[in-house]
Amino acid sequence: MTLITVSGLSLGYDGHSIADNLNFTVESGDYLCVVGENGSGKTTLMKTLLGLTEPVAGSITFDGGLSRNQIGYLPQQTLVQRDFPASVREIVLSGCQNRCGMRPFYNKAEKLLAAENMEKMGIEDLADTCYRNLSGGQQQRVLLARALCAAQKVLLLDEPVSGLDPIVTDQMYELISDLNRDGITIIMISHDIGAAIRYADHILHIGEKIFYGTKDEYLKSGDGSIFLAGVKDEAPEDDKEEMHNDR
Amino acid sequence: MIGKLAMYFEYPFVRYAVIVGVLISLCSALLGVTLVLKRFSYIGDGLSHVAFGALAIASVLNLTNKMLIILPVTVISAILLLRSGQGAKIKGDAAIAMISVSALAFGYLLMNVFSTSSNLSGDVCSTLFGSTSILTLTGWDVWLCAALSIAVVAIFILFYNKIFAVTFDENFSKATGVGADRYNTLIAVVIAVIIVLAMNLVGSLLISALVIFPALSAMRLFGSFRAVTVFSAALSVICAFCGIIISIFAGTPVGSTIVAVDAAAFGLCCLISALRRPI
Repeated sequence: MTLITVSGLSLGYDGHSIADNLNFTVESGDYLCVVGENGSGKTTLMKTLLGLTEPVAGSITFDGGLSRNQIGYLPQQTLVQRDFPASVREIVLSGCQNRCGMRPFYNKAEKLLAAENMEKMGIEDLADTCYRNLSGGQQQRVLLARALCAAQKVLLLDEPVSGLDPIVTDQMYELISDLNRDGITIIMISHDIGAAIRYADHILHIGEKIFYGTKDEYLKSGDGSIFLAGVKDEAPEDDKEEMHNDR
Repeated sequence: MIGKLAMYFEYPFVRYAVIVGVLISLCSALLGVTLVLKRFSYIGDGLSHVAFGALAIASVLNLTNKMLIILPVTVISAILLLRSGQGAKIKGDAAIAMISVSALAFGYLLMNVFSTSSNLSGDVCSTLFGSTSILTLTGWDVWLCAALSIAVVAIFILFYNKIFAVTFDENFSKATGVGADRYNTLIAVVIAVIIVLAMNLVGSLLISALVIFPALSAMRLFGSFRAVTVFSAALSVICAFCGIIISIFAGTPVGSTIVAVDAAAFGLCCLISALRRPI
């Protein structure tokens, strides 16, 4: 089932385009990874998908009973959040806000949903802990639980592992893969092309050349050869991949 | 001393001052938490200068009800300032500084050129530091203040969860279909109303203190948004009450005394949090 269809999309700000003619579709259950150099428009693509930025040209259509508001979003952390006095429970619960409409308070079902998602992310023990006292990996889990409260079908992840150490990074990727196996469609933006080809099943490469296709097609096409060469040259990356395969 | 206090409370103007003081400190502390977290601590200062400029225009025009000009001008400025947060040509802090300084200068200029009173510097001083006006409140002022305060508290409670969501993560709220812009505008209008009210109490210059200190004190001690909000409201009310009582006994200016008490409470909270940390 096709959830999102993007055709002829140009990305940019104020009518000034930075990436042209993007065409891709997201099927239910896909794990799409968006890769590309800094400034190639990855984050702008994400903002456009979420409706925060207007597309310069082209269209995005949502099908299969999906509306734009039902996409869960894991943003990059902002400065404001780092020292925000809020408990984990309050933050996760705020993901239910789009279900409330004009109703001022959360109902039992929403509180239950928040509790379930905290359990899923393994942070139920931290429910009353202050967000600013958590480690980077724990903070990402909290934001992921919040995103799950907002949407059950599709998650958009913007650099979910930036600033995390290698062990926590692997755990985070595993967690995302688990969610994908549970049937949640994942769209992830990443610099980490190694992880992209390890975990994703579809790749969208934005840059001077635009590539969209499955992971295998991407590996054959050579569009990501510069990145991929880097991955292969670095011995530790290969080690990590073997470790992962052993598991 | 209690007898002396009881004697003072015989006077209506003392009762009025206490009621208005407590209400305004409650409202400003509620919104203060959000403003500090959104990095808009200085908006209190900026808007109060705008209100001062508007007051100067109202004085020059010799209006009997100055609120008619002050309130709309301040509300509009607040909306413009909070709106300009993202993608604006002039960023938040610079925009606040610019509006605040020019409104202050413009207001003083107007008052100087079209002076209607013989004691100009006295007038300006009392508007800026609120030294006298809180003791000259009328019954009508108190009712207006009470009604607006109740409205502010009611709005805050009804929209508490939405205000939290928008403050914590504006983009996430927008992306998931919560009308973040609407709530930002709401926050702007409410803060403008509070500032116009608070001008009577502590004057233009000291409003920032009422907005910032209770929130910062509470953030030293608590780790959840609800606890921070409740504690900062309670602390602000206690500080305002103590400040007014002290100023009556010691004969000090009301506004500065309240701010001094707030600052002392902040010091105390810092101390408690520093002592608690090693455990």
